[in-house]
Amino acid sequence: MSKTSRILIVAASLLLLGVFVFPLWSVHLTAPQYPEGIGMTIHVNTVKGLTEFDLGKINSLNHYIGMKAIEPDAIPELRIMPWIVAALVAGGLLVAALGRRRLLYVWFGSFAALGVAGLVDFWKWEYEYGHDLSPDAIIQIPGMTYQPPLIGSKALLNFNASSWPALGGVLAGIAFALAVAAVILTVRAARARRAVPSRAAGDVASMPDALPAGLGS
Amino acid sequence: MRTPPRRLILGAATLAALGGLAFACRTADTSGGALVGDASSKVYVPPGKHDEFYAFLSGGYNGQIGIYGLPSGRLLKFASVFSQNPETGYGYNEETKPMLQTSYGFIPWDDLHHPELSQTNGVPDGRWLFANGVNTPRVARFDLSTMETTEILEIPNTAGQHASAFTTPDTKYIVAATRFSIPTPNADVPIESYRQNFRGTLTFISADDPGRMDIAFQILMPGYNFDLGHAGKAVSDGWFFFSTYNTEQAYTKLELNASQNDKDFVAAVNYRLAEQCVAQGKAHVAAGTYFHNVLDEKSHQARSERKSGTKMLAPSDCPGVVYLLPTPKSPHGVDVDPTGEYIVAGGKLATVIPVHSFSKLQKAIADKQFDGDVQGIPILKYSATLAGEVQKPGLGPLHTEFDGKGNAYTSMFISSEIVKWKLGTWEVLDRMPVYYSVGHLMIPGGDSKQPWGKYLVAMNKITKDRYLPTGPELSQSAQLIDISGDKMKMLLDFPTIGEPHYAQALPASLIEGKQLKFYRLSENAHPNVTKAESEGGITRTGKTVHVKMAAIRSHFAPDNIEGVQVGDTVLFHVTNIEQDWDIVHGFAVLGAENAELTIAPGATRTLRWVPKATGVYPFYCTDFCSALHQEMSGYVRVSPAGSSVALSANISPKAATQMARLKEVPKAESHGGSH
Repeated sequence: MSKTSRILIVAASLLLLGVFVFPLWSVHLTAPQYPEGIGMTIHVNTVKGLTEFDLGKINSLNHYIGMKAIEPDAIPELRIMPWIVAALVAGGLLVAALGRRRLLYVWFGSFAALGVAGLVDFWKWEYEYGHDLSPDAIIQIPGMTYQPPLIGSKALLNFNASSWPALGGVLAGIAFALAVAAVILTVRAARARRAVPSRAAGDVASMPDALPAGLGS
Repeated sequence: MRTPPRRLILGAATLAALGGLAFACRTADTSGGALVGDASSKVYVPPGKHDEFYAFLSGGYNGQIGIYGLPSGRLLKFASVFSQNPETGYGYNEETKPMLQTSYGFIPWDDLHHPELSQTNGVPDGRWLFANGVNTPRVARFDLSTMETTEILEIPNTAGQHASAFTTPDTKYIVAATRFSIPTPNADVPIESYRQNFRGTLTFISADDPGRMDIAFQILMPGYNFDLGHAGKAVSDGWFFFSTYNTEQAYTKLELNASQNDKDFVAAVNYRLAEQCVAQGKAHVAAGTYFHNVLDEKSHQARSERKSGTKMLAPSDCPGVVYLLPTPKSPHGVDVDPTGEYIVAGGKLATVIPVHSFSKLQKAIADKQFDGDVQGIPILKYSATLAGEVQKPGLGPLHTEFDGKGNAYTSMFISSEIVKWKLGTWEVLDRMPVYYSVGHLMIPGGDSKQPWGKYLVAMNKITKDRYLPTGPELSQSAQLIDISGDKMKMLLDFPTIGEPHYAQALPASLIEGKQLKFYRLSENAHPNVTKAESEGGITRTGKTVHVKMAAIRSHFAPDNIEGVQVGDTVLFHVTNIEQDWDIVHGFAVLGAENAELTIAPGATRTLRWVPKATGVYPFYCTDFCSALHQEMSGYVRVSPAGSSVALSANISPKAATQMARLKEVPKAESHGGSH
């Protein structure tokens, strides 16, 4: 593995630490009655209101449509997620330290799989909250469900729900992009080595023309 | 008794002049289309936009404060101060009843005259508004972040407390003074012994510590009528000025008998010297009981404390504490300009506006320019303190405010106009007719060291034909005038409720951002608070039944109550457990003899209810809180005395379902609160 790849992996691992500080995702709701907006943020280990009272406001409003109360303690994934992220960070640093190509592929595979699993899981919770409605809900509109979007905006009765990655999610995305870059560099270097067996692996990384545009600097 | 016919002629001439002016202005209005368009753009606040100033107008005999936006003149709120308000339950619910306790008993009404903003270094600071009740002398503190009355102090040894609630530049003291002198201490004496037995008092209330207002000291004065007051500032800091009338000491037909002297007085009080004399033990302890009522924001409950005895200082025991400045004639307002040098007296029967000079006052005292004394209080020579007189200002000068640019504006009651004049040269610069018979006028910060001299509000006593008529009882009429240029421009008429006396205003930016949106439920320390639906319940203590109830969109929990018996007193302790802005719930029950409750989010309010007959009584939410507001109701079953029906406060199946869906909400909120 090249020095550049190792640096990229270290950088990706450190960026991932950002999800312990910043929220992953943000859901924002506006309505005629809520010009100031209410909302919540999804963190690696909890769900919070945008203000300390927002989660209560959202749950209070959701009782009209028979939605279950959003209760962070009832979501087991929030207890596991910090360990998963910590393992990814540790794994990334280990891969960078050892410089083993195969380990990088394993780490990257885990990262990609866990990232997809996380998004799918988030979507699944949104689906459940949006569809598992009390049969004796106060407001029942045939065919109407209340699943907020994973990304983007959607009208839910008088509310407009917008869901976007927050700073932690963006940092995780950049981390993933860096991991992709590290993998691409490593794969190319490996191919180059196979094509010109006499060359040492370290030389490839020092050749700017061997790098994809934008990653050489 | 002699009746001067001259005055009658003057009165008739005035009325004729008034009619003429009114006519002249009407004509001008209809021809001034461009001017009207200009004015409308200056007061137009587009939908969704906010006004530039908060204005607090006295409600007069409705005992409330009207909060308006300027320049639009839009009414924002009526806030309860000295009067029960069935709309909010203020003074009806158990929590706020103690606010209206006095040594005369529970007094559900007062005549609120003069709002006064707290000041720091002579400038309104947006902490509190003070106001006085004239009839049963009281001073209230009104919090500018909750817009609620949080404290009321009764003033003993006084009656008709008119010269109040004016502040010192640091809000160390709020003053109160007697309008109707009485025997002090009050006693059963012949009214004709007025001169011998009747006295006025000037009261200094310590005011800068919220929840701890108290009578710092009182100064015993001759039996005059003390009308208005204002503190010195800057060069005159440490002094307080009060206007007097009825120095004749009449006790019957005051209209005539109190209008005989050519000059009455402005009383100049050196209150720093008074502090020293009181500290040196020169005051005696005067009898007099009074109540101090405080609303605690955490427990949401008011408490009353009965106090007695005040430190009463006789001016003869503290030489130099008070001087009397002869002032023509029956002066009403006494107003100090932003520099503190000029003390303007509005002699309501005077033909000039006399202005005293503080520096000349100091010199006159040093030079002993005295012209006798009253009960040991030196009278200064008129010419020795006079800075100048505004000649031919109009008729019936009452009050003066300042724009901070060297100009003064005086309200003229009889000639019904605002007169702009120049400090120092005393020349009249401009006149603006107002409709009709202006009393107080107000410039935002116009009585402080730093007026925001853009607008002037004239508060007119007579409305007549200004609006669509509404039977014999009309609203009052305020008028907004642009004073930013050389000439005054009339911008707007707007109706006001009650009878606005004085008013105060300040830039919205000073208090808009600190408005409380709701009370924190987690900090609610009411002894009967219900913080979650599951905590509601019912208990009996003898003949008293306590119902603890939560209100949240769109139900009460509990909402079915049984086991109440005829002869019981039921106390509904309703907590609004919402933690969201502007989600207010109300509570009313059939046959309640008091009022409803309105309950702010996070607050607890208690309604006392005494059912007189068996049956089932509904209760419901009165504030349209949500889409299911109409469903927000419940029942109380009332059984005969001695009935075997068990005491129960059930949760209805509907509420139970909602509870099941919502059962984690309070937990979630407290979880949120821990971040």
